[in-house]
Amino acid sequence: MHSILILFAHPALERSRVNVRLAAAARDLPGVTFHDLYQRYPDFDIDVAREQELLESHDIVVMQHPFYWYSTPALIKEWEDLVLQHGWAYGSGGTALAGKTMLNALTAGAPEEAYCRVGRNRYTVRELLAPLEQTALLCGMDYLPPFIVHATHTLDASDIDRHAADYRRVLEGLRDGVLDRDAVKDAVRLNADLDVALPATEEG
Amino acid sequence: MNEGGIFYQAFVFLTAAVITVPVAKRLGLGSVLGYLIAGIAIGPFALDFVGEKGQDIMHFAEFGVVMMLFLVGLELEPALLWRMRTPILGLGGLQVGLTAAAITLAGLALGQHWQASLAIGLTLALSSTAIVLQTLNEKGLLPTRAGQSSFSVLLFQDIAVIPILAVLPLLATKVMHHDGHHGDGHAATTWVEGMPAWAQTLAVLCAVAAVILAGRFLIVPAFRAIARTGLRELFTAGALLLVIGIALLMTRVGLSPALGTFLAGVVLANSEYRHELESDIEPFKGLLLGLFFIAVGASIDFDLVASRPAQIAGLVAGLIAIKLVILLALGKLFRLSLDQNLLFGLSMAQGGEFAFVLFSFASQNGVLGQELVGPLVAVVAVSMALAPMLMLLNEKLIQPRFGTKEAGPRDADEIHEENPVILAGFGRFGHSVGRLLLANGVGTTILDVDSDQVDLLRKLGLKVFYGDASRVDLLQAAGAGKARLLIVAVDAPEKGREIIHTARKHFPQLRILARARGRYEAYDLIEDGVEFVYRETLDSSLRLGVDALCHLGFRRHQALRAARKFRRHDEAAVQELVHMRSDRKAYMIRARQIIGDVERIIREEVELGRKPSPDAAWDTNSMLDEYGRKS
Repeated sequence: MHSILILFAHPALERSRVNVRLAAAARDLPGVTFHDLYQRYPDFDIDVAREQELLESHDIVVMQHPFYWYSTPALIKEWEDLVLQHGWAYGSGGTALAGKTMLNALTAGAPEEAYCRVGRNRYTVRELLAPLEQTALLCGMDYLPPFIVHATHTLDASDIDRHAADYRRVLEGLRDGVLDRDAVKDAVRLNADLDVALPATEEG
Repeated sequence: MNEGGIFYQAFVFLTAAVITVPVAKRLGLGSVLGYLIAGIAIGPFALDFVGEKGQDIMHFAEFGVVMMLFLVGLELEPALLWRMRTPILGLGGLQVGLTAAAITLAGLALGQHWQASLAIGLTLALSSTAIVLQTLNEKGLLPTRAGQSSFSVLLFQDIAVIPILAVLPLLATKVMHHDGHHGDGHAATTWVEGMPAWAQTLAVLCAVAAVILAGRFLIVPAFRAIARTGLRELFTAGALLLVIGIALLMTRVGLSPALGTFLAGVVLANSEYRHELESDIEPFKGLLLGLFFIAVGASIDFDLVASRPAQIAGLVAGLIAIKLVILLALGKLFRLSLDQNLLFGLSMAQGGEFAFVLFSFASQNGVLGQELVGPLVAVVAVSMALAPMLMLLNEKLIQPRFGTKEAGPRDADEIHEENPVILAGFGRFGHSVGRLLLANGVGTTILDVDSDQVDLLRKLGLKVFYGDASRVDLLQAAGAGKARLLIVAVDAPEKGREIIHTARKHFPQLRILARARGRYEAYDLIEDGVEFVYRETLDSSLRLGVDALCHLGFRRHQALRAARKFRRHDEAAVQELVHMRSDRKAYMIRARQIIGDVERIIREEVELGRKPSPDAAWDTNSMLDEYGRKS
């Protein structure tokens, strides 16, 4: 059993439709620490020592957030800048995160087709997340393909429920160590076909 | 029993004050009543520690009033006077005029000459500036409309003393005689003795003019010369010299020293040394005013009172009744709401300290005989001793009953709202809190004790309720049983703690957020078990500090981070130091350590990367060490 730290970042959760449901699905999972960054640090005054302790005491780090300008909300960037210290997360003696796993779980307004060479956004989400992937790698972490909910503006309630259930399954699979990392290694997104990544469940 | 030494007397006075005042405050009676009780206790008619029966100890006290009036004068810059001209002249003028007239008529009805009656009427029309201001201030009621009205009337009375003093000699019915009873103990050597009445009046006017001219052209240059020496204690000495000098001069021409210094205060109110003078005289005044209250208590002639109790009681009751009726009528005329009017009337319905001076002056000038002055002084002193009790009666018995009537019907519809937040106090602090909550659509039940403020806010469209949130029934009516938060933002710290006490006892589910003026109040609140305490000036002072750093060339972000760090440490320090406050020495040692620590931590930040700090990742020294050397 692995412990999961969800770094949740949404600057206006009160207006969220999808992230709020994903958060609700993840929040009460056993083995998951749900860490609401904008709630904890509304003025960006990040408690670095505490954040480092949290990272040290968990095996898997999930950044859950809306996809803003092909990246994370600003607080996650500030968090990276301050928390991932040289000599702690990377550089000589910086091995605090080595061997841990990192995953981005994000929601994007545009449909999946927009994120490809011929699409409006020209790059896949995975490509656009290169800075985060590289950050993880520099810290000696294993980086998983992102969990993405696309086209959020067109989803109805049942679609959102389905994505929330998927998210919960992924988190449970990660926690229980049953997610097949090799099978999804090159996937554009982790939830493209969950039956490949995870053992079958009763509801299929 | 009476050792003559000044140290012995000081010892007795201070002991009495130190014992009775804290007890009185603990019992909710206020410091003024405490001092008065102390005075009665040590006076010639109880323990007889100070002064023999015939000995007049008021001259001891007079200097407290002298200093207070100097300070009152200093606050009275002409611009402020001008702004308050309507209540001062209108309300104050009518109060003095009508009360004097009513008492004069009462005097005539009791068979006195018209001259004596008028002298008594003018004198008894005045109330006690010392007692009223001190008590209202202590209860945090000065900013209310009743408080402001009281202040205006007291001001008019203070000024009215000048013409009254000038008029009194003209009312003389007997040949001047020297009877040995002097309020200030110096009058035996006045220069004006034996002059005809018109000359004495002229002398008074000349003295007043002299003080004004000296204030304009002599005193300020003198202080400038003293200030140039740069010696602070010399300035204090100069300030005391000024007050004492004027007091002496005034007694020489047969005027009240209090009046003289008051005049000097007004003249100096516009000078650049006003605040310096204020802060120099203030501590003397505080101590001496306490002395004054003690002296009032000690000067009550219980032998006289005991020899004709019915007469004295009747006169006291009559005096209070006449003053109260006229005050209430005027309050109504000036559109005070009922509760404010009651506060105004009951605060001001007593004789004043000027009466001692004026009666003694009148007696010296042959206006009133000793057989009248004795009982009258006793009546004034008794009414002054009763004054704090009247205010207490108003607060504990009359207002609650009245308040229920007033708040009851208003609250009825409130109960259906069941707002999640109750906000007690909608003044300069609660105002912003309340509006932020309302702007966010948070149902907030707002309570305030200043009913005129409530009416004003209601006219502005804000739903504010009149009521004292320290009362269980009122909290209940405001929905405290169902609310989630109670925000305590009242002005008076003691009232705030009362509210918190009531709420914690009867509505334990309420989460309490409380305003504290400063560090020591924050300690009180934390000790009372309040989890969320907000020092009202911390945020704005840090913001100013940040701006100051920026003006000096600091980067905004660095200044802001330093302020945050400062604030974090300071908040932690308050939580830590609260447990040490009873041990003064340990407290000071630890406080000094913390101040040093915070300075060091912030300086390290400025000097960059000595120790891992929360922002160390923005520092590149360790990177330079690792990668920089290779290049």
